[in-house]
Amino acid sequence: MGLLRISSPHTQRGGRRTSWVMQMVILATVPGIIAQTWLFGWGVLINLAIAGLTALACEAAILSIRRRAVAFFLKDYSALLTAVLLAIALPPSVPWWVTVTAVGVGIIFGKQLYGGLGNNPFNPAMVGYAMALVSFPVPMTQWLGAGSLVAANEILSFSQSIDAIFSGLPAIDSYTMATPLDGFKHKDTLDSQAAFASIPALQAASINSWLWVNLAYLAGGIGLLWLRIITWHTPVALLATLFALAGVFHLFDMNHAATPWFHLTTGAAMFGAFFIATDPVSSCTSNKGKLIYGAGIGLLIYIIRTWGGYPDGVAFGVLLMNFSAPLIDYYTQPRTYGHKKAKTGLKIGEDN
Amino acid sequence: MEAVNIFSFHGGIHPPENKAQSLQLPLGRPRLPKELILPLGQHIGQASRPLVKAGDKVLKGESIAVNNGFLSSYLHAPTSGIVTSIESRPIAHPSGLSDICIIIEPDNKEEWIPLSPLNNWQEEAPTDVLAYLSKMGIVGMGGAGFPTQVKLQGAQKNILKHFIINAAECEPYITADDMLIREKTLELILGIEALQHLVQAEQVIIGIEDNKPTAIAKLNELLSERGSEIQVAVVPTKYPSGGEKQLIQLITGQEVPSGQFPADIGVLCQNVGTCVAVHNAIYLGQPLISRFTTLTGDALKAPQNVEVLLGTPVDHLLDYAEANNKKLHRLVMGGPMMGFTLDSTAVPVVKTSNCILAATKKELPEPDPEQACIRCGMCEQACPASLLPQQLLWFSKSQELEKAEHHNLFDCIECGACSYVCPSSIPLVQYYRHTKSSIREAREAAVKSDLAKQRFEARKARQEAEIAEKEAKRLARKAPAPAKAADTTKAASKAASASAAPAANAEAKKLKVDVAIAKTKLKKLQKQLLEAQENEHIEDIQALQLQVTEQEQQVKQLDEQLAKVTAAQAPAASASTAQSNPAVSAELKKAKVDLALAGVKLKKLQKQLVESPDDTELKDKISSLEKELSAAQALVDKLSAAPASNAQEPAAKAPVSAELKKAKVDVAMIDVKLKKLQKQSTESPDDQALKDQISGLEKDLSAAQALVEKLSAPAPEAKAPAAKTPVSAELKKAKVDVAMIGVKLKKLQKQLAESPDDQAVQDQIANLEKDLTAAQALVEKLSAPTPEPKESAPAANAPSAADLKKAKVSAAMAGVKLKKLQKQLTETPDDQGLKEQIGKLENELKDAQELVEKLSAPAVQTSTTQATAPLAANVGDLKKLKIDAAMAKATVKKVEKALKKAEEIKAPEIDILRQQLVEAQKRADDLEKALANPAEVKAEVAAPAAPSNANEDKKRKIDLAIAKASIKKAEKNIELLKEQGKSEEEINSSEWPKKLEEAQQKLDALTSDEMPESVQTATQSETKEQDKSPSDLSALSLEELADKIKKQKIAAAMAKAQINKLNKQLANEPESASSIQQDIDAARQKQADAEALLTQLTDAQAKAKESQ
Repeated sequence: MGLLRISSPHTQRGGRRTSWVMQMVILATVPGIIAQTWLFGWGVLINLAIAGLTALACEAAILSIRRRAVAFFLKDYSALLTAVLLAIALPPSVPWWVTVTAVGVGIIFGKQLYGGLGNNPFNPAMVGYAMALVSFPVPMTQWLGAGSLVAANEILSFSQSIDAIFSGLPAIDSYTMATPLDGFKHKDTLDSQAAFASIPALQAASINSWLWVNLAYLAGGIGLLWLRIITWHTPVALLATLFALAGVFHLFDMNHAATPWFHLTTGAAMFGAFFIATDPVSSCTSNKGKLIYGAGIGLLIYIIRTWGGYPDGVAFGVLLMNFSAPLIDYYTQPRTYGHKKAKTGLKIGEDN
Repeated sequence: MEAVNIFSFHGGIHPPENKAQSLQLPLGRPRLPKELILPLGQHIGQASRPLVKAGDKVLKGESIAVNNGFLSSYLHAPTSGIVTSIESRPIAHPSGLSDICIIIEPDNKEEWIPLSPLNNWQEEAPTDVLAYLSKMGIVGMGGAGFPTQVKLQGAQKNILKHFIINAAECEPYITADDMLIREKTLELILGIEALQHLVQAEQVIIGIEDNKPTAIAKLNELLSERGSEIQVAVVPTKYPSGGEKQLIQLITGQEVPSGQFPADIGVLCQNVGTCVAVHNAIYLGQPLISRFTTLTGDALKAPQNVEVLLGTPVDHLLDYAEANNKKLHRLVMGGPMMGFTLDSTAVPVVKTSNCILAATKKELPEPDPEQACIRCGMCEQACPASLLPQQLLWFSKSQELEKAEHHNLFDCIECGACSYVCPSSIPLVQYYRHTKSSIREAREAAVKSDLAKQRFEARKARQEAEIAEKEAKRLARKAPAPAKAADTTKAASKAASASAAPAANAEAKKLKVDVAIAKTKLKKLQKQLLEAQENEHIEDIQALQLQVTEQEQQVKQLDEQLAKVTAAQAPAASASTAQSNPAVSAELKKAKVDLALAGVKLKKLQKQLVESPDDTELKDKISSLEKELSAAQALVDKLSAAPASNAQEPAAKAPVSAELKKAKVDVAMIDVKLKKLQKQSTESPDDQALKDQISGLEKDLSAAQALVEKLSAPAPEAKAPAAKTPVSAELKKAKVDVAMIGVKLKKLQKQLAESPDDQAVQDQIANLEKDLTAAQALVEKLSAPTPEPKESAPAANAPSAADLKKAKVSAAMAGVKLKKLQKQLTETPDDQGLKEQIGKLENELKDAQELVEKLSAPAVQTSTTQATAPLAANVGDLKKLKIDAAMAKATVKKVEKALKKAEEIKAPEIDILRQQLVEAQKRADDLEKALANPAEVKAEVAAPAAPSNANEDKKRKIDLAIAKASIKKAEKNIELLKEQGKSEEEINSSEWPKKLEEAQQKLDALTSDEMPESVQTATQSETKEQDKSPSDLSALSLEELADKIKKQKIAAAMAKAQINKLNKQLANEPESASSIQQDIDAARQKQADAEALLTQLTDAQAKAKESQ
């Protein structure tokens, strides 16, 4: 009788594997994807397909070079999740090679070269996105507009989307327009009221479309919270900080600072808060650390949006906070049972 | 009864409970198995000691093993039967290893021993009840099996606020406690009440999870029926609420501080099983021989709870529960969260076995392959200790032990909640266990390296101190020369005859030479010690033994020096009393012999102590011997003082000689202390306090030696007028010197025996023998001319001068020989160290030659005076002889060193070395015999001092020398036998003790015979130095006080050092805490005594100073 010899514990919670976690996060993006597809056309889905294939191919290639079990790691869905997050973040009409490059960089340089899943210090999706944004600023900032506002007065059809992505649609300019954030950023000397009255990107239809997108991601994020895949700390800290900063500056300068509501409902605020900033690998671990980390991202988003060179700051905010996550971790250890206070930093030999 | 406020704890998990299956059937009672296997180690702590042997018949409840230390407990026979064997069997332990078990074959009669319940437990003192519980083998039955009486004792150190009964039983599957509460509610309550009576807690709370409604209802019903004060706290079901720390937090809201015990916050936790066992012990008189165990798992057809005898093999229980062996995949003892797997079903149930989980593959599947940690933080949310498991995993994987420790890895209770929730199937707890053990290992290594560092630093400090000391000595040597001259001139003016001065000078110089030799020896010894410390243990021990022998020698030397001077003075003093006091002097000699014997015994014991430093018996013996020794010394003092006080001019002589003796005794005492301390320091080389004491003592020693020198300078002056007395004293000194050579040779032999070596060394030994025969010849020569100048005093100058020249020539020859030897040494393949030593030796030779010149100067001076001329010549010759001997000794040492090094290189050639050892021993014996001759020859030297009965005296002295030699031989042989590990009986049955006795008797007879003679020879010597006495007396008392103060200070410091040592030991071995604590108390007592005495002495000193 061969008895299994193994160390305790002998039982495990069934079903909740890493792959399950990844699948759930991917599923949680579905409302947002639907909203985006509905508002901005089929490009989103085409991007998703391109990104997913690229991600799996890159992951498999690197894994085989690294002599790892390809199937075992592909089944953890982490590469697919990166691809989904990145594809969602890209403009729906972006040329296919931008998507491929961004996903490839994200998977290869952002994740596998650091040692694969669990070892990447930066959010791979945001690494790919930031690389593409810096390298190809024109296609990366060319967002499609809401159907009622653009010159063509409709969104891209499926074939048009294919054309736009794979061969470059000559009439693409009639479908694109600035995002509300971009529009507000380039209002120049106009005060808020004038800007909202005159700039097309700041018209109700545009703003509402982004509101829908953000609400969809909020719903997905709440789903993740409910599944206890993420904790509330990071998103709440992020959104609260963004809200508070926007509120303070709006109070001081009604004419030139956007309202907190505007900040929370445009751009990638909700998506970033629930899907990007909560990436467990590259974020902080303790609850206190997550609060600081989220708040830091919120602060950076506001700063980049308001004074930086880019209309939105989620990618750079997350990447910058990824840098500081290990440091924050050292200083935000929870108070362990039986200890009077939490240990901070790494003062070896300290005793409490 | 107000409801207990329930708090919460961080984290926790809700695994499937799986408790229902084992509660379907009522409590089962399996039949007796074929054999019961009772491991001696049932729980943490030391294993018990068996009381029975194979073949013994035991009754049910009979003690079969007793506790073996602090954390240990009794073990009882679970049923009546026969002990078939005590052997190694696989036991229920995570390691899967076997351990010693008592195997009992039941006779199926279930015969109880007569039970004697503790009926009057309420009247008994709590400690008695605790002792009773200990005898009943009661241990904690929930977790680690901590002996209950130890836990209860621990609980009494603080005011106990909460007495918590742990009935939470949070692990899935286990229902043993649930069933126990249902079945034995009353017993449980009575047990709790008994324990509460013992601990007197403010609040007694039963903590129970809300998934045991039946048990809760039963408890509440019975408690309200009895109107009991005991409260029931129903806590929500959450793993691990049954963990002691978690339950305490749930019920009291307090956390047990990290690294402390619940008792530190006034909480005591006891398992329900323990309470029932306490009830059974107190009310029924039944020891702990059975327990409730859950048999569960899908592989069992009849999962149930059973009341099972300890020692029942698991396979018997599995059969009872109808196990399907085909389906059985994993056998877990304990719960699925914290239990451990069993390899074999042959292991027995022990006091802590609460569950046997026979799981199928489907029930407890093999874990999924480990995936990468995605730092999802689920573990962190589940951790009941609020740790960061993912960070700990990171640090564990990368072996960043310091960081892991900083993240409080040691607060992990290994509950397994993190592993349970981990989506990547990482066996986190396994990682933590591994890292914990790595950290423990690293800590041990750090302690070791710290010790090494301290040793190195101590060595450096010692080397520096040595250099400083050398420098100081060099300066001191320069300085006292003029002072001495002034002293001597002063003394000369005081002395009756001017001719006395040179002789006195010579004597003082001799003493100095002795001291110098002793000091060089000390230095060499220290060097050896250093070498030993550089190497590791085995070498260390060897070096230690060397050191001990050498130090013994030093003691001997000092003793002999003391004896010599007292002997030189005793005749001088007793001369004044003439024949009136022979009895006293005989007694004195006897006392001295006693003293020497005690010293020898002490040394032997100290040697033994070095070999086995933990033997307290030995220490006791040594201390008693030390007492004896000091008593003997006191006696010697008294006796040697007595004749002096009887002298015609007592005031003149007594103070000086008494003072001298005291000073010498002090020197010896300090020396002994110093050696002890050095030994201690080698045992615990990192003790700074010890080192300070050693350096202080060394200073004291040199001061005392200086005092001796000072004192001995005027002392011979007193004897100076009578030429013959100094002569006899010189002769005695010469004899002593020869004896010293003998001792050195013996030592050499011993060392040779310890480290036999190659041909080169034997060559050197041959050379040494040549040197020695030359020296013997010199002694013979020396003894021959002396009578001549005695008879014709005026004509003495020429021959003595010639002798001196001869001696010089021989010294030079010896030097040349030495150089040749050195050349040979350099030719033979040896390393740089040897060459350095040769250089040192050359220096020594130079020094020696200078000394010869110095010595010959006073000799020439004295040769101008008539009476003392031959004496001076003798002195010169003797010095040369001594120098030769010293040089020979030096070469011997050199050889030894070469030998050691050779041994290090050529370790494998043991057989050849052993042969060489035998040869060396033979040679050593030869040398010893040869040494006996010069002693005889020297004895002849004494003859001219008393020409009237010269022949008789000669014979007697020869006899005496032979007797002494035989004593030494006998003693040596006995020692050898002891070293060979022969028992005391064997030694006694051998001829040596008899021979020793005979020789001692002979010696006694001879010395008592000799004494009157020597007294007679010294009749003429009368000394007058009255002017010194009064001031000296007061100074003496002051000095005495100072010495005593020093001694007490040292004693106090030593006691402190010991306390420190013991404390360290205590920290290292907490299991032997009580005995160490006793030792500490004793040491504290000693320290206190010493300090009290010290204060008294300082007071006395102050008073003495005032009065002065």
